[in-house]
Amino acid sequence: MSVSVRIPTILRTYTSGSSEVKAEGATLREVIASLESSYAGIAARILDESGKLRRFVNVYVGDEDVRFVEGLDTATAEGAQVSIIPAVAGG
Amino acid sequence: MSLPPLVEPAAELTVEEVRRYSRHLIIPDVGMAGQKRLKNSRVLVVGAGGLGSPALMYLAAAGVGTLGVIDFDVVDESNLQRQIIHRQSTLGLPKAESAAATVREINPLVDVVVHNTALDNDNVMEIFSQYDLIVDGTDNFATRYMVNDAAVLLGKPYVWGSIYRFDGQASVFWSEHGPCYRCLYPEPPPPGMVPSCAEGGVLGVLCASIGSIQVNEAIKLLTGIGEPLVGKLMVYDALEMSYRKLTVRKDPECPLCGKNPTITSLLEDYEAFCGAVSEEASAAVAGSTITARELKDMQDRGEDIFLVDVREINEYEIVSIPGATLIPKGEFLNGSALERLPQDKKIVLHCKSGVRSAEALAVVKAAGFSDAVHLGGGVLAWVNQIDPTLPSY
Repeated sequence: MSVSVRIPTILRTYTSGSSEVKAEGATLREVIASLESSYAGIAARILDESGKLRRFVNVYVGDEDVRFVEGLDTATAEGAQVSIIPAVAGG
Repeated sequence: MSLPPLVEPAAELTVEEVRRYSRHLIIPDVGMAGQKRLKNSRVLVVGAGGLGSPALMYLAAAGVGTLGVIDFDVVDESNLQRQIIHRQSTLGLPKAESAAATVREINPLVDVVVHNTALDNDNVMEIFSQYDLIVDGTDNFATRYMVNDAAVLLGKPYVWGSIYRFDGQASVFWSEHGPCYRCLYPEPPPPGMVPSCAEGGVLGVLCASIGSIQVNEAIKLLTGIGEPLVGKLMVYDALEMSYRKLTVRKDPECPLCGKNPTITSLLEDYEAFCGAVSEEASAAVAGSTITARELKDMQDRGEDIFLVDVREINEYEIVSIPGATLIPKGEFLNGSALERLPQDKKIVLHCKSGVRSAEALAVVKAAGFSDAVHLGGGVLAWVNQIDPTLPSY
């Protein structure tokens, strides 16, 4: 499945400034692996050392937070939009 | 989901008030009743900074009867690019006072309450309890978690906004009707992982984009109109000019507002919860921190040091310490910087204020450069103590 992934400003150093990139995968886990193969280092900003989603980064498939669906096993349909939303504190 | 108004209407509007607020009064959804509710409202804005500036100004113009402003800082030149409530003429004054002066200029009918102090564990409950609604415009994770916890414990709604470079987020957290900040972000990022605006920058006008959403939501909550951003996260991308509204669910396992809460009072230490620097970094800098004066003396004596600036290139271009080589912190974290470090020289690291260089120092020491040090206070200390002709930022 080909999905599009929204990259927040804070992670665009990995994608040469691109705000939206393509990735492949039938689940979020596969999509993140696909991202990592294209943009080395980006997975570690989303997943912790044990491979779980970091608690200060939210990942949405469509407009649903995957933490409340099936986490990394959440299905990503063809054309789905995946959004990475990290906590920022600026004010 | 629409919610009932947060505030009861004031008894009446004066003739002067009717003249001033006429453009609100003729909107059917606001009308006299809505404007009287605003008049009776007590709103606290936490932080008179980027978000607090437009928020305070629009809340004042809208006729919120009592407007509290809390900030411990003073107005600095680097604030004026975005903190539009402050002026050239108020440089050096307390931000709370400077903001209050502008509010009075915009609308003398507003009763401004100045809290010229830092919000902390000892005063947050007492201060919040004086208000109907809180607008969060703070600039750090520690204060944001404290604001959230206090608001949930007091049952107060608050309007949250956050910005970085070109990205903004906003939501309404009200545990009685929806999720809280801990449901959205259960834990703060480890120190050094997410840069602040002081480190990463922020587009000035982004403050208005997000601050105005916060005021919009505040007015809706106070007057009970529309669909408040409860259980929703607004995500704004200024470069794409896109707004996206995402769902935020109440987490049944939330330690604060979930079914079986384990947090039933404020944490003892929010700074420690968020960690000013990581444990590795604090261990690395112990006994390995030098002052700007010591660095200057080392250079003047011709000591064989390798000075590394771990900031980003645009910061390096603003101001740098003579003789420094730029290797951004990210290259230490991914390990690629290490091969560029000479084995036969003493490594001295610096950044803007000493936080990022502490993180990099932990990596450098772990790689065997045991006599490496970092500059406490960073390039700002250098400018301050060694060469005040250089710019600060």
